[in-house]
Amino acid sequence: MLRYANPARFMKLSSTLVPWLGGLALAALAAGLYLGFAAPPDYQQGDMVRVMFIHVPAAWIAMMAYGLMALASLIGLVQRHPLADVAAKAAAPLGALLTALGLITGSLWGRPMWGTWWVWDGRLTSFLLLLFLYLGYIALWNAIEDEMRAARAAAILALVGAVNLPIIEFSVDGGTTLHQGESILRKGGPLIASVYLWPLALMALGYTLLFFTLWLLRIRTEIMTRRARNLMLAGEA
Amino acid sequence: MLFRELSFRVEAGRVLSVEGANGAGKTSLLRLIAGFLAPADGTISLQTNDALVVEGEERGKYIAWLGHHDAVKPQMSVREILQFYAALYGSGGAIDSALDAAGLTRLSDLPGQYLSAGQKKRVSLARLLVCKRPLWLMDEPLASLDTAGKKIAAGLVKAHCAAGGIAVVATHETLGIDCERLVL
Amino acid sequence: MTALILRDIRLAARAGGSAMLALGFFAAVATLVPLGVGADLRLLARIAGGVLWVAAMLAALLALDRLFQADFEDGSLDVIALGPLSLEQTSFAKIAAHWLTTGLPLTILSPLLAVLFGLPSQAIGALFLSLLIGTPAVSAIGAIGAGLTLSIRRGGLILPLIVLPLLSPAVIFGAGTVLSALDGLRNGALPLLTAFSFAACVLSPFATAAAVRLNLGS
Repeated sequence: MLRYANPARFMKLSSTLVPWLGGLALAALAAGLYLGFAAPPDYQQGDMVRVMFIHVPAAWIAMMAYGLMALASLIGLVQRHPLADVAAKAAAPLGALLTALGLITGSLWGRPMWGTWWVWDGRLTSFLLLLFLYLGYIALWNAIEDEMRAARAAAILALVGAVNLPIIEFSVDGGTTLHQGESILRKGGPLIASVYLWPLALMALGYTLLFFTLWLLRIRTEIMTRRARNLMLAGEA
Repeated sequence: MLFRELSFRVEAGRVLSVEGANGAGKTSLLRLIAGFLAPADGTISLQTNDALVVEGEERGKYIAWLGHHDAVKPQMSVREILQFYAALYGSGGAIDSALDAAGLTRLSDLPGQYLSAGQKKRVSLARLLVCKRPLWLMDEPLASLDTAGKKIAAGLVKAHCAAGGIAVVATHETLGIDCERLVL
Repeated sequence: MTALILRDIRLAARAGGSAMLALGFFAAVATLVPLGVGADLRLLARIAGGVLWVAAMLAALLALDRLFQADFEDGSLDVIALGPLSLEQTSFAKIAAHWLTTGLPLTILSPLLAVLFGLPSQAIGALFLSLLIGTPAVSAIGAIGAGLTLSIRRGGLILPLIVLPLLSPAVIFGAGTVLSALDGLRNGALPLLTAFSFAACVLSPFATAAAVRLNLGS
C-alpha cells in the first residue's frame, strides 16, 4: 500500500482510478435517488422521509472523513510522509461541506418531525462541534506559513480532536433525545424496512465513492500545485 | 536543503568558528547541533569523558545556548534572570561571580527593560557561566557589544575552553582567539 | 519545575496584571448578561451556571496565546528547552502557572458574581467547586492551542476557534453541576468533570510538548 505513496506512482494510479470511482459514484447516487423516490412514503413521515437518503449518508461520510483525516494525520506525524499530510489537508474541506450538508438537511428534516429546527442532544451537538473542528483545522493550515510545520501542527490538532469527539458526544447524552437512535447496526437486525434500506445503502455507497473521487482529485491538485510552485522557484534561481 | 556533505569535529578545549554569508545557514547549523532541528541525513554526536556517546535530544543536557535574542525579560532584574536560570539548570548559584565576570555587578538590580542591547548581550554571556554546561553554542555573540564587551566575551570563551569546554561560535567578526574555522 | 512556575507567576503579576484583565473580563460579562436578559431572577439562576462557566472560560483564554509566544519571541524558550526539564514538564509547569494566575482567581471571584444571578448557596458552592476542578482543564487544553499557534502573528484569533470545541465537555459538565445543585438532584456531572479535567491535565503536556517541539525546529 505504501508503495503507492510515492507521489509519481500515486498520480499514475489515481489518474486511472478517478474516472472509475467517479462513474460508479454517479451510478450509485442515481440508482439510490431513483429507488429513494420510487419507494412508498412512510406512514408517519410521509414524503419527508426521503430527506433521510440525503441526510444520513452525509452524516456518516462526514464522520468517516474525519476518521480518515485523523488516520492520515497520524501517518504523516509518525512516518513523516508528505503524501499523508496532503491527504489530510485535502480531506478537510470535503468533510466540512458534508458536515454542513448533514446539519442543514437534518435541520430541514427535523422541523416537520420534531417541531424544532434544532435540539441540543449528544448527536447533534457533537456533529455541530465536528464542523467547528473541521473549520479550526482548516484555519490552522492556512494560518501557519511554513507548509511542513502547518502539516504537523494540523496533524496534532486532528488527533486531539479525534480523542475529544467521543467525549463530546458522551458528555451531552442525558438519555432522552429527539434524534433517531441506532436503527441499522443493531443486534436484532435493521429496523428499517428493506424498501428504504436499499436506497439508503446505495446512497451511502454513492457518497463514499464520490468522497473518494473528490478526495483523490484534491490530492492530485495539491501535488500539481506544489510541483508548479517548485518549478517556478527553481526557474527563478 | 541548506548544506550537504558537511562534516566536522571539535575537540575539548577548542573553539569552532562558523563563518559564512548571511543566510548561509550558521544559525541552522547551531540549531542542528542543539537538537532543535534534525538532520535529513547523517548524525551529530557528542562524546563525553566517559566515552559515552550522546545523540538526539539528549545532547541538550550538555549545551548552553546563546542565541540571536537575549532571553532577557523586561520585567525581571538581571540578578533575578540569572537566579532563575541557575535554579532551572540546577547549577547551584555562583551568580555573583558570573555578574562580575560579565561586568554587570553595577546593573544587577536593574530590570531588563532598561538595559541597552549590549548590556543584554552581557546578560546572555553571564547566563552561559551560570548554566555550567560543557558545550557552548553561540550565535553572533559579539553583536551589539562595545570593545570592552567584546574583550569580555573573548575572555569568557577562552576561560571556558581552558577549563576543557567546547565553544561553537557563529560569527561575522573574529573573536581574536585561536580557533578552528568552518566556512559555510 | 517550581522555579519555572514561580517565574511565570512573577512575570504574570508584573507584566500588566493578566489576572486583573481576566477578572475584569469575567466581571464585565457577568454584569452584562443580566442587563441583556432581564431581571427575572429565576431565569438568571437557571442560566447562571452556563453563563458564568462560558465567561470564566473566555476570560481564561484571553492571555493564553502569549503562554509560549512571549518566551518564543525573546529566545527564552530555546534556553528553557535545553534545560534539564523535558518539554512535557515545561508544558506542565506553564499550565500550572497559568491556572494559578487566571483559573484560580476566577474561581475565587465566582461566588461574588453568582450572587448577581440569584443563585442559592448550595448552587454557588457547586459553581465554585466545578470551576475549581474544571479551570485546570481550560488551562491544559488551551495550552495545546497555545503551543500549536505560537508562531502565528495573529494567533490570538485562531486559538479560541481551535480550543473552544475541545473544551465543550467542560462547559457541559460544569454548568450541569450547577443545574443539578439548583434542582436538588444528585450530581452526576461533577465526577465526569473531574475525570475530564484529570485526563486533560495528564494528557495535555504531551500534546503541548509535541506542538512546542514542532515550532522550535525552525
